[in-house]
Amino acid sequence: MPDQVKLTSEEEKNLTRKQKRNERKSKMIDSRPFAEITSFKITYKSKKKKRLNRSKTGDALLFIFLALSGFLSILPLVLIFSNAFKPLDEIFLYPPNFIVQHPTLDNFRDLGVVLGTSLVPFSRYFFNTILVTVVGTVGHLIISSMCAYPLAKYKVPGRGIIMGLVTYSLMFPSSVTGIPNYMILNWFGLIDTYWSIILPVVASSLGLYLMKQFMTTVPMSLIESAKIDGAGEFKIYWKIVMPLVKPASITLIILNFRSLWAAEGSTYIYREDYKMLSYALSQIASAGPARQGTLAAVALIMIIVPIVMFIISQSNMIDTMAHSGMK
Amino acid sequence: MNNQETIASPAEKLSLLKKFRLWREKKRIQIDKWSRKKPFRRKMYLNRSLYAMMTPYLLLFLAFTVAPVVMSFMLGFTYFNMLETPKWVGWDNYINLFLNDPIFITAVKNTLIIAVITGPLGYILAFVFAWLINELPGKLRAIITLVFYAPSIAGGAVTIWALIFASDIYGYANAYLLSWGLISEPITWLQNANYILPIVIVVQLWMSLGVNFLSLIAGLKGIDKNQYEAAAVDGIKNRWQELWYITLPNMRSILIFAAVIQISGALGVGAITTSLAGFPSVAYSGHTIVNHLQDYGSIRYEMGYASAIATILFLVAIVLNQVIRKAIRKVGS
Repeated sequence: MPDQVKLTSEEEKNLTRKQKRNERKSKMIDSRPFAEITSFKITYKSKKKKRLNRSKTGDALLFIFLALSGFLSILPLVLIFSNAFKPLDEIFLYPPNFIVQHPTLDNFRDLGVVLGTSLVPFSRYFFNTILVTVVGTVGHLIISSMCAYPLAKYKVPGRGIIMGLVTYSLMFPSSVTGIPNYMILNWFGLIDTYWSIILPVVASSLGLYLMKQFMTTVPMSLIESAKIDGAGEFKIYWKIVMPLVKPASITLIILNFRSLWAAEGSTYIYREDYKMLSYALSQIASAGPARQGTLAAVALIMIIVPIVMFIISQSNMIDTMAHSGMK
Repeated sequence: MNNQETIASPAEKLSLLKKFRLWREKKRIQIDKWSRKKPFRRKMYLNRSLYAMMTPYLLLFLAFTVAPVVMSFMLGFTYFNMLETPKWVGWDNYINLFLNDPIFITAVKNTLIIAVITGPLGYILAFVFAWLINELPGKLRAIITLVFYAPSIAGGAVTIWALIFASDIYGYANAYLLSWGLISEPITWLQNANYILPIVIVVQLWMSLGVNFLSLIAGLKGIDKNQYEAAAVDGIKNRWQELWYITLPNMRSILIFAAVIQISGALGVGAITTSLAGFPSVAYSGHTIVNHLQDYGSIRYEMGYASAIATILFLVAIVLNQVIRKAIRKVGS
């Protein structure tokens, strides 16, 4: 089209902007006699072409459905948030208020009082959870990615078998391995230690699977050129591959953080001062109906950290999941 | 020769790290010599750093995933109470499970009801939401993704459902139903055998949009937009045809991954029932296979029996997975 509209430079200089536009329009219409005579038709047609195969009622209905279910999905979480700030008289109100009317921090203060008087200092539970979460998350990230790198980039003997086992292990619920895990931890003398929570998480297979899938996208030429420069395998893994698979690393951190943060540790740990934060908080919550506000405060504390972490890393997680396909 | 001289020098002059490095170098030279002229050994030697990198994870994986499955398979044929050595009882555990344990049959029934409803429904919902979210502009998409994904991160949030379905008038469900005049007296939701299972299903559905949901979003995002335009030219008329002929076949592998995660989630329901309806739930109406497993494993210490239950759960999960993977491979073709 542009070559038809093009004018010689001499003519162009003489024309004002408006004239130029008119000129162009008329030429365009001349060159395509049947289409787009009225402006209405132009917009209509172009819109239809851009938004392929969409009916307006279909769009509207589907998005109303999406909005409604989104509302239902978030409702219980809003309720937790609102309850955590409700004063006692508002919790036992009939009919109940969904959204808090006079927000207070009483529930959090109560929680503090209860925790201050508990047998084991609250800071101990907090320390336990932080320690287990950090060691477990970092340990899983390093150990599983270290294993994923050879599996993704080299024809290691037994690769098929290992990946097959990993894939199968994704298929059954983790409770299948609960009892033998207890026995194995017992043999190693790890019951009643932090390792009893950390090790099974470090050995979980979803992280390895995602890491391996993501690492296959790292170009082999990069690894080879590093090798020519004299880097060893471990150096290549640490200096070249790991920075490239950062989205997958962040995803692994989030997934493990989530499960370790919520770990109660009550199955493998019997010593009171080795138990986790979520155990301590659930004990408080189970004290009875008078603690409903405290319970909501506890729930809020437990869910807010993983949710904030997810918000920060959302795009990384979706990038990683794009490679999660399975045949 | 230079190496050997330094090794021979007095040990106290060397730092510990240096000693270790020398020892390692010496070993390396030994193994290097040992591996010459034997192709398999040579390959092992040349790739030693790769093997070293894989070893820690593989040992842990073997100890905490592979070995437990094998052990629970074998223990399933024994009587074992953690104190005495396991006693071989053959198929007794399985016979007892299916013929003499009515609670197990209830548990299987409940688990299958939960799995059959929350599995496919949760999967379809996850897909539909991901599919609709995919057409939204950036910021809005991020927010709505969070809205749907948040319940599954909020593991501790199940307690809020106990509050919603509390049996007095302060429970939200009762309070609203009463004030709207739909019921005349509060319903004891979580103490009533008729309501427990439906409530568990609702909560499980609410929480089921997890990793599978994210991977579906990613899969949809990854489809080449040009394909849709090309298809529109080729005569694809509406969004349903687009879905069946382009979207689904393009993300088949992600569909399989999401299904795998969905199945293991749907069969693993157990913690939800315990925290909502207590343990055991009224008339075992919310009792699942996982609950039964925990009952025998961590309360009664009948490890053999519990292992038989675990083995059955394992087999059900694997068989279901194979069937569903076969089915998904046929999608859109």
